Amino acid sequence: MAVTPDDVRHVALLARLGLTPDALNAYVAELNTILEHMDVLSRVDTEGVEPVAGIGAAGAPLRPDDNKPVELARAIADFAPKTKDGFFLVPRLSSHEEPGAA
Amino acid sequence: MTPSLTAAGIQKAVTSGERSALSFAKASVDRADEIGAGREGLNILLHRDDSAARARARSIDDGIEKGQRGLLAGVPIVVKDNIATLEMPTSCGSRILDGYVSPYEATAITRLARQGAVIVAKSNMDEFAMGSSTENSAFGPAKNPLNPALVPGGSSGGSGAAVAAGIVPIALGSETGGSVRQPAAFCGVVGVKPTYGRVSRCGLVAFASSLDQIGVFGRTVNDAALGLEAVAGLDPLDSTSAAEPVPPYHDAARGSLTGVVVGRPREYFPPELDPSIRERCDAAFDAMRTLGAEVRDVSLPHTSLAIPVYYIIAPAEASSNLARFDGVRYGLRIEGDGLQAMYEATRSRGFGREVTRRILLGTYVLSAGYYDAYYKKAQQVRALIARDFANVFASGVHLLFTPTTPTPAFPLGAKSDPYEMYLSDIFTCTANLAGVPAMSLPIGRVNGLPVGGQFMASHFDERQMFVAAFALERALGANV
Repeated sequence: MAVTPDDVRHVALLARLGLTPDALNAYVAELNTILEHMDVLSRVDTEGVEPVAGIGAAGAPLRPDDNKPVELARAIADFAPKTKDGFFLVPRLSSHEEPGAA
Repeated sequence: MTPSLTAAGIQKAVTSGERSALSFAKASVDRADEIGAGREGLNILLHRDDSAARARARSIDDGIEKGQRGLLAGVPIVVKDNIATLEMPTSCGSRILDGYVSPYEATAITRLARQGAVIVAKSNMDEFAMGSSTENSAFGPAKNPLNPALVPGGSSGGSGAAVAAGIVPIALGSETGGSVRQPAAFCGVVGVKPTYGRVSRCGLVAFASSLDQIGVFGRTVNDAALGLEAVAGLDPLDSTSAAEPVPPYHDAARGSLTGVVVGRPREYFPPELDPSIRERCDAAFDAMRTLGAEVRDVSLPHTSLAIPVYYIIAPAEASSNLARFDGVRYGLRIEGDGLQAMYEATRSRGFGREVTRRILLGTYVLSAGYYDAYYKKAQQVRALIARDFANVFASGVHLLFTPTTPTPAFPLGAKSDPYEMYLSDIFTCTANLAGVPAMSLPIGRVNGLPVGGQFMASHFDERQMFVAAFALERALGANV
């Protein structure tokens, strides 16, 4: 399963990463080298093995839905790039953007 | 600071009134200056706030007068730069968080403070903890204080180096695949990765949430034991933290190896292993036998699959966790023509090469068409790796002992191929995948460079690991 430039372009778009053409080609080569080493997994018999999302030895206990928000030591304006009246500011959506649209 | 001072020695001097916490805080930052720990020198510390450290030390001294006796009273501590602190920035070694100061602090930091510790600095690290050499920091590589031409290991290289250089007796790091144990081995200090769930991750900037765990460096086994004791335990702010009781780990010094079964997993001693590392491990096994332990050959048959599994799961989780760095809520923002362009400009400028590579890899293995072949398969093989550990511990083996790393510290710039660098984690990432506790301690030297030996135990049995580490440390003595 070789990774193509189109694959990397697609995942870069999904991950909101802008790549120059040179960087794109370098990542194609690197991802292929790395994924080649992953192919060994396809030969492992995992018939009937449940996939695990995590190894919490203690499980994942539920708690009552009554947690209070963590108190912040500073206002969001002190750490956010742009705020107004206590809200985060994002660039205006002049039109409904489609990812990859010109 | 006198490089040989231990946390217990400092605590005793401070609580007995022999010396002030302030004098130790000053000695710590003086030592940092003396060895050039800042960006122009070894580059092991990214942020310092000497006046805050002094103020904190004075308040500890006031508390001592009122009868307060913390486990770490007056002990200077360095903290990895991905653990949130209120008084210093938390940049994660990344341009995207350059200058970011957290509005809340990590539970581990609150707990250190409760025990009287004084945080003197934040340490350099691979960007977002992605790396094995601390060369991936956006603020330049950290250097090994034992030989500045060598890496200190990573990703918690700055913390390991700070302990090795005698700036502090204890430092916090974080582990996802070996990021405390590997630098501990490279710097000749002790490094502990507790059981997943043992230490709250609240305030640890997430890399791979099913693997991440805060870990502790110590100059001695006792330093590491005291540090872990201070930060461990249930935290309502982290639902994956466990309600398991935390025993006093420093008491493990009184334990004995008599009757303890130590497994020697053959997969960690492959024919191509550096013979000098094998010799140091054999000497450690001999020492444990002399102390009454039984050494048993065991097998963890899926070990060779750990690196491929790790480098699918960790990047997959990272690609999701790092989506939050989008120029909106914190850190860097580069304006562009519209929202999508702002996201792309910010993230492309803010993330370095290794982080970008892992986000791409993680997004790829999670994407439609590849999910089953990579991510799901890796989750299944992860279950098999965890089962290997469960089987060996169920067979009556109490501990496993292995080399921590396949080689001692390597030169800066020596590993340019990403996969070659990934192989540095070959003996460590299994414990993260299985969630079991593990620790590295110095077991000797090769060509003057420290070699680390690793203990692994079953879930929440850190104490057994400490019993063996205390005993081995005493037995090997000056030879390390």
